[in-house]
Amino acid sequence: MSGALVFAWSGVLLFGLGLFGFIAHRHLLRRLLAFNIMGSGSFLVLVGLAQDGRGVDPVPHAMVITGIVVAVASTALALVVFRRWYRASGRTDLPEDT
Amino acid sequence: MIGLWSVPLLFALPLALGILSLLVTPAWRPRLIFVGLPLLTLASVDVLARLVLEGPRIYELGGWEAPLGINLVVDGLAVGMILMTTLVASLCALYARVYLRDYPASSSFFWPLLWLLWAGMNGIWLAEDIFNLYVGLEVMGLAAVGMVALRATPQALAAAMRYLLAALLGSLAYLLGVALLYATYGTLSMAGLQEAAAPNATTHVALALIILGLLLKTALFPLHAWLPPAHGGALTPVSALLSALVIKGSFYILMRIWLVLGPEVTPIFTAQLLGVLGAGAVFYGGWMAWRQHHLKQLVAYSTVAQIGYLFLFFPLVTGTGPEAARLAWDGTLMMLVAHALAKAALFLSAGNLILAVGSTQISHLVGISRFRPMSLFSFGLAGVSLMGLPPSGGFTGKWLLLHSAILSDQWWWLIVLFLGGLLSAAYIFKVFRMSFREGPQIDRSITPPLTLDVTALILASASILIGLTAHLPLFWLRLGSAFGAG
Amino acid sequence: MSLRLVSAALLCVAVTVALAWAVLDRPLPEENLPDRVAAAMPESGVDHPVTAVLLNFRSYDTLLEIAVLLLAVVVALALREAQPDQPEAMGLDNPLLRAVMAWLLPLILIVAGFLLWAGSYQPGGAFQAGSVLAAAGVLLRLAGVTTAWLDNATLMRAGLALGLLTFLGVGLLVMIPGAPFLTYPLEYAGTLILVIELTLTLSIGLTLISLFRLTPPYADDPDEAREQAGKTP
Repeated sequence: MSGALVFAWSGVLLFGLGLFGFIAHRHLLRRLLAFNIMGSGSFLVLVGLAQDGRGVDPVPHAMVITGIVVAVASTALALVVFRRWYRASGRTDLPEDT
Repeated sequence: MIGLWSVPLLFALPLALGILSLLVTPAWRPRLIFVGLPLLTLASVDVLARLVLEGPRIYELGGWEAPLGINLVVDGLAVGMILMTTLVASLCALYARVYLRDYPASSSFFWPLLWLLWAGMNGIWLAEDIFNLYVGLEVMGLAAVGMVALRATPQALAAAMRYLLAALLGSLAYLLGVALLYATYGTLSMAGLQEAAAPNATTHVALALIILGLLLKTALFPLHAWLPPAHGGALTPVSALLSALVIKGSFYILMRIWLVLGPEVTPIFTAQLLGVLGAGAVFYGGWMAWRQHHLKQLVAYSTVAQIGYLFLFFPLVTGTGPEAARLAWDGTLMMLVAHALAKAALFLSAGNLILAVGSTQISHLVGISRFRPMSLFSFGLAGVSLMGLPPSGGFTGKWLLLHSAILSDQWWWLIVLFLGGLLSAAYIFKVFRMSFREGPQIDRSITPPLTLDVTALILASASILIGLTAHLPLFWLRLGSAFGAG
Repeated sequence: MSLRLVSAALLCVAVTVALAWAVLDRPLPEENLPDRVAAAMPESGVDHPVTAVLLNFRSYDTLLEIAVLLLAVVVALALREAQPDQPEAMGLDNPLLRAVMAWLLPLILIVAGFLLWAGSYQPGGAFQAGSVLAAAGVLLRLAGVTTAWLDNATLMRAGLALGLLTFLGVGLLVMIPGAPFLTYPLEYAGTLILVIELTLTLSIGLTLISLFRLTPPYADDPDEAREQAGKTP
């Protein structure tokens, strides 16, 4: 088992765990945390798979930095909306019906 | 020389205006459209003129060639989408300038979000790089979420949150798919992928992730739950922008990636499944639209239904003959553009009707036909296109899809086209029946400003006109695509 | 265990297994992008490949990424609530914290500057430096230190806009000789990238700080919140 595979599989595992948390939880903060775990999982897959014995590939590293910034921004945006929603409704989850 | 400018201006100008609108006072923010709209229109027309005169081309950002740098693709499809965006978004912006005077709190941040949304959309239409598409999707998606949240009522916040969660999950699935594709092919450029793509397990899993992520963002049945509250509950110009343009962004990416990976990689089974989900969307969305009591919710569910038609593209283009595939391409794009125009018109005129009667309930529209014929006329014209009656764009699109289905011996999609049209007729006429009924309820109606009616009418007329002059836009859209020869 | 949990668990196991298989079964790419990056490094204007990719080869991604950050601030501004937002309401009244701040602050600024400068030849760069700057801002805020320029809305917005505007400006400026958007001429590439990085660092730092400052704490008591919303749990 190569190093690349260890990283990639850890990433896959994180993605799966995050996905479970995202679906299973109702509390929006938990779902947001789960989203961040999923994000870390995809970044790990991205960087992990790029090491295939031909040296370090800088492109996935740059992609991950971009991805992290995007994830930070998305999380901040979600927190802002969540806070306002919590203030307006007193709820930490979304109403079940649509 | 000038050709070099118009392409980057399409995203650089809205970005710059987005920042500038943060720096100027709220009173000046709407006025920036008088700088932005003419310049963006000019750039879009210039791009079209160059496409027609000089043919499709690749724009190398930073002067770096494809796998190393990010390229932009300026072909018929991209230019078609850019023109559609310019037309619809400009009219929505003109509408919003007047409409938002009643919402001073929301309006001051509508403008920066509008420009950033515009930049994100133009970025997506032009992108040739699958990772760049991810960033573009985020710009567009987060701007759209922000617009839904603008009203800051509990309903709007819940809708925005639901939309945001769907969008975040969708983009992560897409990103992981991109990661797998990059790990397999070592390139992010579509041209490179097209050359290298081969059917193997990794590619299929990546494709599945990309499809799932984009379906969630496009709100294809049964992943549509976030759409009606977000589109139905937002401010009217926001609803129009989201329903007409934003959901097309993710569909467009799926269409491009599907064609890039090619028939060797994309399984016919998946194509049929996408078609079946599309059919489900047409029936379920149409049925739900008919059951709504709230006018904008009806229009939002109509979007759920109309998205379904677009997904007939996949079964009709995969594993079928060249003629059927070309008709599927033409038909789908005609449906897409016609829906963008008609749905924007429908939302704007629905907003006008709501302003006129002061209620969102369809039952309160009784007798409105005597007071607001122009709003109702726009609503009806757009409805004609959604129902697919001649000579509208919706009719032309369905006609082409129908021919494609017959040519490829997939008669079952005909049922979808026919029943879907009937369902749309049912919910459009539901609104009409109410507005033509004479009742005691109405004694006065508020007259919305003329701009609101005129913008809706222009969009509605365009959705009809595009059907009458379909061959020219369809010819342009084919430029640079695999279907160009026809 | 509800049905929902079980189905969620099953779905996640299926996704994980499919992904693990996809990762294991991956054919190695024929295209060698790292080689291309290495070959183009002399023309990039910087010595670190990740920085070269971020700010030259794929700088367009970075441009859009900054737009995403800006979007978060716009939404935070739009959803900001009218409430008492005095720094002292937020700061911890702790003299020790203030004393430590006096030591930490210069150190943080030096680290940020180093990270930015290091980006041209080793890991580091605008986002890392900006995050460190933001940490300084957050600490300042927590310590209840008031700074006139951070509380000045106009100045703050100008700072937020600076990075993206400079980036766009440089991208468009280099087009005057007839090159495509964001094509840095070789002899100025290093300087232009440095200018962009400097302004981006400042803007990223301010973006993160304002995201923190735009959402000051309030009584996070759920009962109170419910009361205000007029609802019962």
